[in-house]
Amino acid sequence: MPGFSLPSASLLAQSVLSGIFVGALYGLLGLGLSLSWGLLRLINLAHFGLAFLAAYLCYQLSLAHVDPLLSLVLIVPLLFAIGAGLHWVMARFAVTPFNSLLLTFGLTGILEALIQSVWTADFRKLESAYGNVKWKIGGLYFPLPEVITLLLAVGISFAVWAVLRYTDLGKAMRAAAEDPAVAAAFGVDEKRNGLLLAGLCSALAGVAGVCLALSFTLAPSQIYAWVGVVFAAVMLGGLGRALGPLIAGTVIGVSEAVTMAVTAPSWAPIVSFTLLIVILVLRPGRAA
Amino acid sequence: MTRPTFSRRAIVAAGLAGAAGLTFAQAGTPVRIGSTLALTGPLSATAQIHKLVGEIYVEQLNKRGGLLGRQVEWVVKDDQSKPDLARTLYEQLVTADKVDLLMGPYATGAILSAMGVAQRYNKVLVHHTLGVPSLAKYELAFPAWSLGSEPQNTVTASVFDALAAGPKPPKTVAVVTSKFPSIAFMSAGAREMLKKRGLTEVLFLEWDFGNRDFGPIANRVKDAKPDFVWVGAIGLDGNLLLDAMKKIDYEPPQHFYMYPAPGPLVALPEAKNALSVTIFEDQQPFLSNPGGAEFVRLYRERATKAGLADTSVETQAAASWTAWQILEAGVNATKSLDDQKIGAFLKANRVDTIQGKLRFDGLGNFGDDLMRIKQVQNGKWVVVWPKEMTAGGAKLLAN
Repeated sequence: MPGFSLPSASLLAQSVLSGIFVGALYGLLGLGLSLSWGLLRLINLAHFGLAFLAAYLCYQLSLAHVDPLLSLVLIVPLLFAIGAGLHWVMARFAVTPFNSLLLTFGLTGILEALIQSVWTADFRKLESAYGNVKWKIGGLYFPLPEVITLLLAVGISFAVWAVLRYTDLGKAMRAAAEDPAVAAAFGVDEKRNGLLLAGLCSALAGVAGVCLALSFTLAPSQIYAWVGVVFAAVMLGGLGRALGPLIAGTVIGVSEAVTMAVTAPSWAPIVSFTLLIVILVLRPGRAA
Repeated sequence: MTRPTFSRRAIVAAGLAGAAGLTFAQAGTPVRIGSTLALTGPLSATAQIHKLVGEIYVEQLNKRGGLLGRQVEWVVKDDQSKPDLARTLYEQLVTADKVDLLMGPYATGAILSAMGVAQRYNKVLVHHTLGVPSLAKYELAFPAWSLGSEPQNTVTASVFDALAAGPKPPKTVAVVTSKFPSIAFMSAGAREMLKKRGLTEVLFLEWDFGNRDFGPIANRVKDAKPDFVWVGAIGLDGNLLLDAMKKIDYEPPQHFYMYPAPGPLVALPEAKNALSVTIFEDQQPFLSNPGGAEFVRLYRERATKAGLADTSVETQAAASWTAWQILEAGVNATKSLDDQKIGAFLKANRVDTIQGKLRFDGLGNFGDDLMRIKQVQNGKWVVVWPKEMTAGGAKLLAN
């Protein structure tokens, strides 16, 4: 491998930590996508556009001195409504999974154009007090924005997992995804649950968007930069599984970061996508 | 049946009237200049600068009476940051839109596409920011970005000259770079240059265009402990790397960024003393060049209105303005829209621009290397090298 070198222990440890942080964001971005794909059978590419819309809204609110985390109070319900509305349209026209991919790809383009017309194609950076806070523990650095993202990703993933596993609503959603006709026979209101779940997926995109704004500089065209790796996390994690994207995202993030620590950074995507291919070959039922 | 008869006088009169009518009709028809720009896609943040500059220039040109007494209409299409689409659109501009003249797109990939089309139809192509001069094989292509015929040698020499004359001449260098073609080309030149000067390369890393995670790269730079970090940055790379460095409490002693998005970088507190290159800045002696001060004033005004985050003029805006100056000079000097005549004039003459007098007789029609070294000082870009281009005794600083 070009540029291969043995990293120092501190470099390796800090790189693993960086990988966990970015992996948590992959997981958070992938969670809504995975639920939509696995439980609603809709491949919602607009998820990335919605996450960036939320990021820009967070940026805009920060200009009015609204705390980025407080902005979730406005952004999450708004995104929930958009997601539920979009699902209503797709259900109304009985959009198939493949057509949902095409439709939401078009919608992503519209969202990109909308963001560009409002905030221009210029780069935008959210400046907040969080950005200046970090802790040094045992020689390792823990920046607050990344810690917030990690905590939100872990907390939300486990909460969604618990809801799907232990509540009647969650069981009904899983049942409707498994066999809609039988679920309906048992009184499951598929339409209502579909709207709820679609809204939840978009709301999750909203949370991921706020985390994006906290740590990254924004540009409308960067919507597409996340698609490949987050899709990989979703496929690896298993469709419709709440903890899957977080675990798979972390594996990908760490593998990318360690690759960058020991060899050329340009090898990182090769390693993560090779990992995806290997796992899909060894466990072809993973993404079913 | 009697045949109509025309006297000689009537025929001459009709001919004159026809010619006058034709001239009148032509005077009323605008000169159409066609181009594409990356109005959407990953290059759109920079391309919007070129769009704004083009709009201001054409507006000002029309106020001055246009070209050859005719108003100018700029036909600009969105190539979506895709070189293949740029090729199709330039083909359309020539064959379907039938524009009179062409103007180059942004950036290197699209310029090369446009150059192929221009060559097929023997059209002059003035281009803004082609980063690899050896790729400009077409004789009627003219660069507005005066980086010289061999920037990988001359520009990198300027950077290391400036550092050698600075307060802490470096002994060890980390070269970290994007694989974006024009950037990788310059970073390869930097590696050669530092070897020639007996400096030690302690780290070399490359990343793909569009890399998101700079944390591990920052870690490796910190681990290598270089005296100077050469960052082959394009767009936001510099900001992202500095953000990542900040998170691990690392401040590079001296640092250089090749082609960064200038506004966002200068606004970043961590970019203190960051170095870069420029062909024009909002300071003397650049403002004394023809049209320089007026352009800066107009650009600031319009960029503010357009809501651009950065309203100052630097390389991108200056190269764009220069491109229009070159095209106007060619048309006015030849009093013609004939591409061959315009091309011949530009090859044989120097043109006054906001960058200074430009010549087009080197490799790929590139002339002198007018790239200067600038540094972020007190939240502002300041030219620090060569000495004769500095203002107010500005000097290179180290962290």
